[in-house]
Amino acid sequence: MRRGSFLTLCLWAGFAFLYLPILVLIVYSFNASRLVAVWGGWSVKWYGELFRDPQVLGAASMSLQIAAISATVAVVIGGLAGYALSRFGRFRGRTGFSTMLTAPLVMPEVITGLSLLMLFIAMEQIVGWPAGRGMTTVIIAHITFAAAYVAVVVRSRVAGLDRALEEAAMDLGARPFTVLRRITLPMLMPGLLSGWLLAFTLSLDDLVIASFVTGPGATTLPMLIFSKVRLGVSPDINALATLIVAVVASGVLLSGWIMLRTERRHARQVRAAFRREGAMDGN
Amino acid sequence: MTDAAADRVADSPALSTSRGRLIGILIPTAWLLLFFAIPFLFVIKISLSEAAYSVPPVSDFLIWQDGWPVLQATWANFALILDDPLYLQALLGSLRIAAISTLLTLLIGYPMAYAIARAEPGMRTPLLLLVILPFWTSFLIRVYAWSTLLQDQGMINSALMWLGVIDDPMRMLNTEFAVQLGIVYSYLPFMILPLYATLERLDGSLLEAAADLGARPATTFWRVTLPLSLPGMAAGCLLVFIPAAGEFVIPELLGGPDTLMIGKIMWQEFFNNRDWPVASALATILLLLLIVPILLLDRTQSRAEQG
Repeated sequence: MRRGSFLTLCLWAGFAFLYLPILVLIVYSFNASRLVAVWGGWSVKWYGELFRDPQVLGAASMSLQIAAISATVAVVIGGLAGYALSRFGRFRGRTGFSTMLTAPLVMPEVITGLSLLMLFIAMEQIVGWPAGRGMTTVIIAHITFAAAYVAVVVRSRVAGLDRALEEAAMDLGARPFTVLRRITLPMLMPGLLSGWLLAFTLSLDDLVIASFVTGPGATTLPMLIFSKVRLGVSPDINALATLIVAVVASGVLLSGWIMLRTERRHARQVRAAFRREGAMDGN
Repeated sequence: MTDAAADRVADSPALSTSRGRLIGILIPTAWLLLFFAIPFLFVIKISLSEAAYSVPPVSDFLIWQDGWPVLQATWANFALILDDPLYLQALLGSLRIAAISTLLTLLIGYPMAYAIARAEPGMRTPLLLLVILPFWTSFLIRVYAWSTLLQDQGMINSALMWLGVIDDPMRMLNTEFAVQLGIVYSYLPFMILPLYATLERLDGSLLEAAADLGARPATTFWRVTLPLSLPGMAAGCLLVFIPAAGEFVIPELLGGPDTLMIGKIMWQEFFNNRDWPVASALATILLLLLIVPILLLDRTQSRAEQG
């Protein structure tokens, strides 16, 4: 089993590579010394400094608002797109449709950011909207690339769904909208939830696109982090990073737990329904 | 049963009434056309314009002369880029750095994906989650973390000096090596996920058949597993190469002044020099270089869905 142990070694070395920098950041966020090379003992002073910095708080609240709004719209657009790709079979323009959903996933951010800015400027000249750039333009930009990610998540989720449930509801006379509300959406919920979380974190994380399309007065958190990092080492960034890691990790774990629970409950309900049906057949 | 009713039952319901289908396709199409596809046309337009001291800092594309519209397109920006060795070096440098990093990511990602695909079924989801989790935490901050680690007084140099491997700190930050490391680190999950997807679906009976016919494990790997995982390798490599070629944050934070990458040059032209036409021309060239890989990626994905 030499090969097996070699693979296991590779796997854990890979995980060490992925997690070591994050662990170092977390440890250094508690370093009392300003210098990276010097360990000045444990301290939480950088966290205090962070919460007293109005710039950080303002940028964080701006970023959270942008992320919440753009994730919500992205779930609607990306959800529709993912459903269409998975269920509508062949339709006219399908190839172009799927390319337009794949390309934003890999398109270098400098290109996406620049081209959106050019569009916004042209739109302002032609139709007068959006007037100037700021939160609205950042939200539109984030919706666009996040929707492509949501479509990937929803598409794979829809592919794994049992069509029979929707068809059965139709056969029993449910109207299309009722089927959507009572069957399709609840079954898709875990996919939509993880799509929303993904869109939220992607928006919270974006520096490049936001830098192009934002305007005065709309500084997002990554833009603030970037300007601080560029000036040299700033220990409060370690504290901020630790907070972000903590929030994201608990968000992912929580949603994983909720999904697992809903799926189990769903499985129980299906089993119970089958049992009832069996009992009725017996009578 | 009428034909329409038969269609309705055969197809999936809810969103697939003709009105539902229309909404499901039209809304995303309209959004992506307006905010993703059409903007490229404006970049191309600006790339053919002249820089000017105005707001926005470009001259008008169309001017009116004696009541007639005159197109003011110019190739000057492209000529400038193709003439200046700096831009060419940056373009080639980006492609080279992205290619090397993609290869390294494949070499590191393949054994990891293979190990996860061969793990106990119950262990696979947690292991995959461990691969994805870093991707959910801030990319910017993870790249910044490497800049602290790679410093002259950083942890890696201190550890190597303490171990006696080196006497003086090695210069690692602000080198091309640091940029490649940053790309491998940031894009590793994008390589592992598609690789895992193909390796996990690999038909076990093929491997058994190869073993039964007397193939040694290494032979089976080279002759059966590797060829069958080619679609996953292609998808993974494209998912890493395309965005890496236009990367800005990694060369900016980890690279040095001599690490020329097109994303960084474009950013400088736009934000520091306020030369929108040259920045747009650079974006157009990069886009043209990446169109083929993007279409290839789209093809591999739709093929994976059918297969």
